[in-house]
Amino acid sequence: MQTLNTTELNINPPLNHDPYLVIDNVSKAYPTPDGAYVVLNGINLTVHEGEFICLIGHSGCGKSTLLDMVSGFRKPTEGEVRLQTKRITEPGPDRMVVFQNYSLLPWMTAYENIYLGVKSVFPDKPEAEKRAIVRDHLALVGLSDAADKKPKELSGGMKQRVCIARALALRPQVLILDEPFGALDPITREELQEELLKIWTDHRVTVLMITHDIDEALFLGDRLVMMTNGPAAQIGEILNIPFPRPRNRTRLMEDPHYYDLRNHALDFLYRRFAHDDA
Amino acid sequence: MTARLDARPKRNHQDLVSMLGKQAKVLYPPAIALLIFLVIWQVFTSLPGATLPTPIQTVEETWELIVNPFFDNGGNDKGLFWQVFTSLQRVALGYTLAAIVGIGLGILIGTSTFMFRALDPIFQVLRTVPPLAWLPISLAAFQQANPSAIFVIFITAIWPIIINTAEGVRQIPQDYNNVARVLRLSRTEYFFKILMPATVPYIFTGLKIGIGLSWLAIVAAEMLIGGVGIGFFIWDAWNSSRISDIIIAIIYVGLVGLLLDWLISQIAKLVVPEEQKQG
Ligand SMILES: Nc1ncnc2c1ncn2[C@@H]1O[C@H](COP(=O)(O)OP(=O)(O)OP(=O)(O)O)[C@@H](O)[C@H]1O
Ligand SMILES: [Mg+2]
Repeated sequence: MQTLNTTELNINPPLNHDPYLVIDNVSKAYPTPDGAYVVLNGINLTVHEGEFICLIGHSGCGKSTLLDMVSGFRKPTEGEVRLQTKRITEPGPDRMVVFQNYSLLPWMTAYENIYLGVKSVFPDKPEAEKRAIVRDHLALVGLSDAADKKPKELSGGMKQRVCIARALALRPQVLILDEPFGALDPITREELQEELLKIWTDHRVTVLMITHDIDEALFLGDRLVMMTNGPAAQIGEILNIPFPRPRNRTRLMEDPHYYDLRNHALDFLYRRFAHDDA
Repeated sequence: MTARLDARPKRNHQDLVSMLGKQAKVLYPPAIALLIFLVIWQVFTSLPGATLPTPIQTVEETWELIVNPFFDNGGNDKGLFWQVFTSLQRVALGYTLAAIVGIGLGILIGTSTFMFRALDPIFQVLRTVPPLAWLPISLAAFQQANPSAIFVIFITAIWPIIINTAEGVRQIPQDYNNVARVLRLSRTEYFFKILMPATVPYIFTGLKIGIGLSWLAIVAAEMLIGGVGIGFFIWDAWNSSRISDIIIAIIYVGLVGLLLDWLISQIAKLVVPEEQKQG
């Protein structure tokens, strides 16, 4: 495993040097009629509190599988994932997920979708406070006016905002995003990237995000985890993204180092681990 | 309809013509088909050696039944309204029981793979048993006519309700279940906020098939059980060779069946969440 040694350039020191989220020698195999199909093989990753980690790799290499083991929807075949030294065994609101395809309940309004989670996770809070949490988080993503709209009345970007609001309203320790902006048009995607970055700066939640977009990863992340191709995919390389924060997209683009990193990542994805059919 | 047209003076003469034309397109075909049917019926039953009454004869012979559905001379000698009403009461009871038990069992086998594996094969076999085949068993079990009739309705209507409800539960998108898991929703919360809204269109598909079957079953069940009821009325008419009465009763049965179906559709419209409606 090659690691680009840019740690000394990192101007975003973690809040806390203790490991926060640890993916410890995790392998995952799915049973198939012709024997076990190994998707991931020996994944190790240590994430610090408040870090923004981006995950990139070709389709089918096992990115969703890996994050599903952090969220607890799937169990590792070998190894374990720990959050603050506690082994993860099942899903829970401390690791909220923004799913690949929105997953809002269509018969509930934006408000009700968020409220459902708030009520379930904070059953002891007074009613007024629960309502305030929902309203604050709708405001956070700029959707106060759409509170009473059902998902089918919302655009893709708005739906994804509601999902982010629902996740953050529960004060998760880790926010897991599986290609959250993949289905959005480029303008909306950039808007939401900036919103997410602002929210992350204010909340300092630990983020794990899958993306297919190198520029998105370089704009948002502290580190970019690049995966090799499956089967038996591994972490091929971890790229430190040392740009100072708050980040500005235009200024970032002017930084010569930006293109070094970008080319390095492109080289990894399209030359060293080019997809078979690419 | 005229009132609606008056209320919108903007509509000009041409609109009126085209609207009447549209109405006609909907109304003419069934009217013509009915007319042709009556003519064929009349022609065939007028042939020498015909065994069934002509439509005109039928109306003549049953005129009393048609114009006076509410008479009550005691015993079985009651107007068609009372006959249908008695049958509907039985259906209401048997069908309501089938709905409650069916939805409950459907949810049970839909949520539990173990229960599904255990019970689905049994259900698949039992659901093909015709209503009349249940009657002797239920008569033997209940020893009484009325509970037996209700049981036959119950057992006939329950299968599509169970099977569709279970299917609905199994079709709940994985995404919704994942949301429930990550939010750690309580069982009640999951039931009312996710399972029910997601399943209710399937439940109503089952309920709609069920109501049709229960109405089919009542006629069969009453034929053998006797007493007041549209089913026995038909059987009784056959035994006393009142063929015209049978024909009128059949028309009643058909119309009431249609009405029941419509009723369930209306309830579905009220209950099924807007987002879950098909089409
Ligand atoms: N339940 C399962 N059973 C068997 N194989 C599975 C299962 N889930 C995923 N896989 C396989 O595991 C591999 C990794 O899937 P995964 O969804 O994690 O990929 P991904 O990197 O998220 O892809 P994408 O970028 O397209 O979302 C794929 O080859 C997929 O076919
Ligand atoms: Mg994926």
